[in-house]
Amino acid sequence: MTVELRAAGLRLAYGDRVVVPDLSLLVPPGRISVIVGANACGKSTLLRALARLLAPRSGQVLLDGRSVHALPTRAVARELGLLPQAPVAPDGLTVLDLVTRGRSPHQSWWRQWSSADEQAVTSALRATDLADLADRPVDELSGGQRQRAWLAMAIAQQTPVLLLDEPTTFLDLAHQIDVLDLVVDLNRDEDRTIVMVLHDLNQACRYADHVIAMKSGEIVAQGGPAEVVTPATVEDVFDLTCQVTTDPVSGTPLVIPIGRHHSTESVAR
Amino acid sequence: MTAAAVRFRLAAPPVSGVLRPRLLAVCLGLGLLAFVLFCLGMTVGDYPLSVGRVLAALVSRGDYYDQVVVYDWRMPRALAGLLVGFAFGMSGALFQTITRNPLAAPDVIGISAGAAVAVVGGIVLGIGSGVGTQTLGLAGAVLAAVVIYVLAWRRGTTGYRIILVGIGVSWMCTSATAYLLARAKLHEAQQAVGWLVGNLNDVTWSQTTPLLLALAVLVPVTLVLSGWLRTLQLGDDVAAGLGTPVQRARFLLLLAAVGLVAFGTAAAGPVAFVALAAPQIARRLAGVPAPPLVASACTGAVVVLGADLLARLVVGLPVGVITGVLGAPFLLWLLARANRAGSGG
Amino acid sequence: MRTRLLLIASVCVLFVLCLLSLAFGTRAVPLGDVLAVLTGHGSPDLEALVWGGRLPRTLLGLLVGAALGLAGAVMQSLTRNPLGDPGLLGISAGAAFGVVVAVATTGVASLYGHLGFAFAGALAASVVVYLLGSAGRGGATPVKLALAGVAITALLTSLTSGIALVDPVALNRYRFWAAGSLAGQDAGVALRVLPFVLAGVVLALALAPALNSMALGDDVATALGRRAGLVRLQGAVAITLLTGSAVAVVGPIVFVGLVVPHVARAITGPDHRWLLPFSMVLAPILVLAADIAGRLIARPGETEVGIVVAFTGAPFFIALVRRRRLAEL
Repeated sequence: MTVELRAAGLRLAYGDRVVVPDLSLLVPPGRISVIVGANACGKSTLLRALARLLAPRSGQVLLDGRSVHALPTRAVARELGLLPQAPVAPDGLTVLDLVTRGRSPHQSWWRQWSSADEQAVTSALRATDLADLADRPVDELSGGQRQRAWLAMAIAQQTPVLLLDEPTTFLDLAHQIDVLDLVVDLNRDEDRTIVMVLHDLNQACRYADHVIAMKSGEIVAQGGPAEVVTPATVEDVFDLTCQVTTDPVSGTPLVIPIGRHHSTESVAR
Repeated sequence: MTAAAVRFRLAAPPVSGVLRPRLLAVCLGLGLLAFVLFCLGMTVGDYPLSVGRVLAALVSRGDYYDQVVVYDWRMPRALAGLLVGFAFGMSGALFQTITRNPLAAPDVIGISAGAAVAVVGGIVLGIGSGVGTQTLGLAGAVLAAVVIYVLAWRRGTTGYRIILVGIGVSWMCTSATAYLLARAKLHEAQQAVGWLVGNLNDVTWSQTTPLLLALAVLVPVTLVLSGWLRTLQLGDDVAAGLGTPVQRARFLLLLAAVGLVAFGTAAAGPVAFVALAAPQIARRLAGVPAPPLVASACTGAVVVLGADLLARLVVGLPVGVITGVLGAPFLLWLLARANRAGSGG
Repeated sequence: MRTRLLLIASVCVLFVLCLLSLAFGTRAVPLGDVLAVLTGHGSPDLEALVWGGRLPRTLLGLLVGAALGLAGAVMQSLTRNPLGDPGLLGISAGAAFGVVVAVATTGVASLYGHLGFAFAGALAASVVVYLLGSAGRGGATPVKLALAGVAITALLTSLTSGIALVDPVALNRYRFWAAGSLAGQDAGVALRVLPFVLAGVVLALALAPALNSMALGDDVATALGRRAGLVRLQGAVAITLLTGSAVAVVGPIVFVGLVVPHVARAITGPDHRWLLPFSMVLAPILVLAADIAGRLIARPGETEVGIVVAFTGAPFFIALVRRRRLAEL
């Protein structure tokens, strides 16, 4: 069951500072979309607006045609799940407890551990490889394990749309790939729509069906990775000179940065 | 430090949830202790009563005169002690969970100070005790809370802003109280200090009944709302993502917390330290990550009743003196234990 | 540069306030006469008024304000907590306890009598808080210090109330002290605390570069060559000396130490080499202005400086909290 998430004419600001002047976006249902851009371009702001955390000054975020702010927030939480950046857990909260909190939109006060809850939590723990650590307090885990615990919580929420704000921070490369592969599983097996903010452009190319490049609060380019990630776009969005070749393993674009100390001339030296 | 949890599911009725045996044991144990102290408290007084006779009177058997003494004279005070401790403990737990700060307590953020300035003002104007004082205390606390919330509101509130504004308001009220104390006559100042420290002397049914009614409403409401606390603990963004109406939840929970404190303060004054320490003590005893509502309430009741007993039997001073003197070292001991174990509080 | 100019301007304002403080009161003395008295050419009764009453009072306001402002700035940096007022270390509660114990034990209700006790109480309280807060793993972290401070404050406040309830003379002395007043003190009092304040000022100002590093976190500070434990200790000693002196004499008006550093930081930014001097100058401005106002608004009586500071400082503080996001330290 796919759910349509779209933004129409969004204007987003913090206080007097306008971050996104006018943005419209249709999130391709059932696909993995990745938002890329330089720091402070508005990626996280857009994600927060899509998750209804930030009320737009004008414009709307529509979930299946209805404004996300007009729907009861619990109902939205059953459709949209969010993993924000750098969340903080109270001291002593165990992994199992944290992941169980992800089930809150589906629970009532007399049913706090239904069989659906148990199944969702167990499979989330298994998918993030945390089954052995279920009884450990979250604040005693390493950075990578902690990130996976929060991800498990978002997964246990079992929403058709999942919004992830930089889910690979703090993870070593092996775990980054694990998480991204897991995200692909969620998309393929459970038909979930994923919107991610990623820093690593090459990972974005590998894993995204749809890339959205942002600069100064506007969408500069969107489409398949091959269309969007070109040297010209990278230069525009990231202010970085590069060569784009093809990743030999995945066949997607591979961005090779050209800095001051590495260029085709200096290599020949 | 975190105690084990047991997950259960019943087939019919379709009830399921998470049980924490240690927390339950702590609640039951403290509840029982509170009841014991409640009964012991009623044995103290000019008319000698043993525990047995108190118990008999409670179930309406035994000597008629015993029953009169217990129901008319002793019970209001004992019940007030129980309820005040309960209210302060639960309120402190709410404040600390909402603001995610173990140092947040109604005393810190200005609500008690509001009650204080109203009551001391009343004393200087001649309203020294009874219903007058109680009403003033309630009005002062509520007014302070309203002022704090309104001033902290700017497209919503954050725990942080509430604390800061509360400190500002507390400062003003405390200074005003000091001013009034310095201007008053000496006997008025004595009366004021007696109330300011937290006092169960002279408590009658006219103080205890409103407190009982208020708690009968506020406690169930709080427990119903407490589900939101589970997600609010994780931060505003995560809570909102999980479908918690963050602003509304915070507002309602704070309303309940303020209500509990206001009625408790109206009855017995700002009994020192209970709202701050009881949740932290309860949390460590029960081995849970956040101050547990009912256990904190029971801890508060035990602290107040125990302190009152000690205050009357040993020292002859109001309960608030003892809660501070005993509560502080106990908290420090808990801190020291946690420090040694490495979790540092 | 702008900050330097503002500092000079603030010092000028402070100077003007000092003169005003000498001029105003139950009896307004024209500035010309004030200057005449100061240069030794005034009339005898004016001399008594200015030298005997107003000058000590002004000096005390300067001293106390500077001490509290500086202590507050150091406290907030050390605890990395914008709510850090010097009273968090239990200093006010210790001083209050000292006052009631002094009166209860010696029966002496004079200012000189309790000064030593109050100061000793403040010192003892902060030593205990510091020791308790640094016990265990990790040393004196902000959270542990704050919790220890709260516990000791509660303990001492209860004890103080207990004694005050039992001994009416102690209550009487305590309640006047608690209102926070610069009045009725003679020059000797200011001189008695001056060495402690000076020692505190020197210690605190010397800490400024270290505090800049500490603001970046213990790990970064250590990487930059600071010894976090030692810095905290030095800071705590400075805070205790400064606040203990101020509170022992004038009463618990420590919230000056909470508000002024925020205002100062809004001007100077987080650089402690400017923040500390600015706090030292702005705080006495607040205290003296409040004292002058207190003398004027309730003529012929006066309103204690503690009250005026609270009723002007607190709304200002709340406005600050609303208007901007107070910098996380």
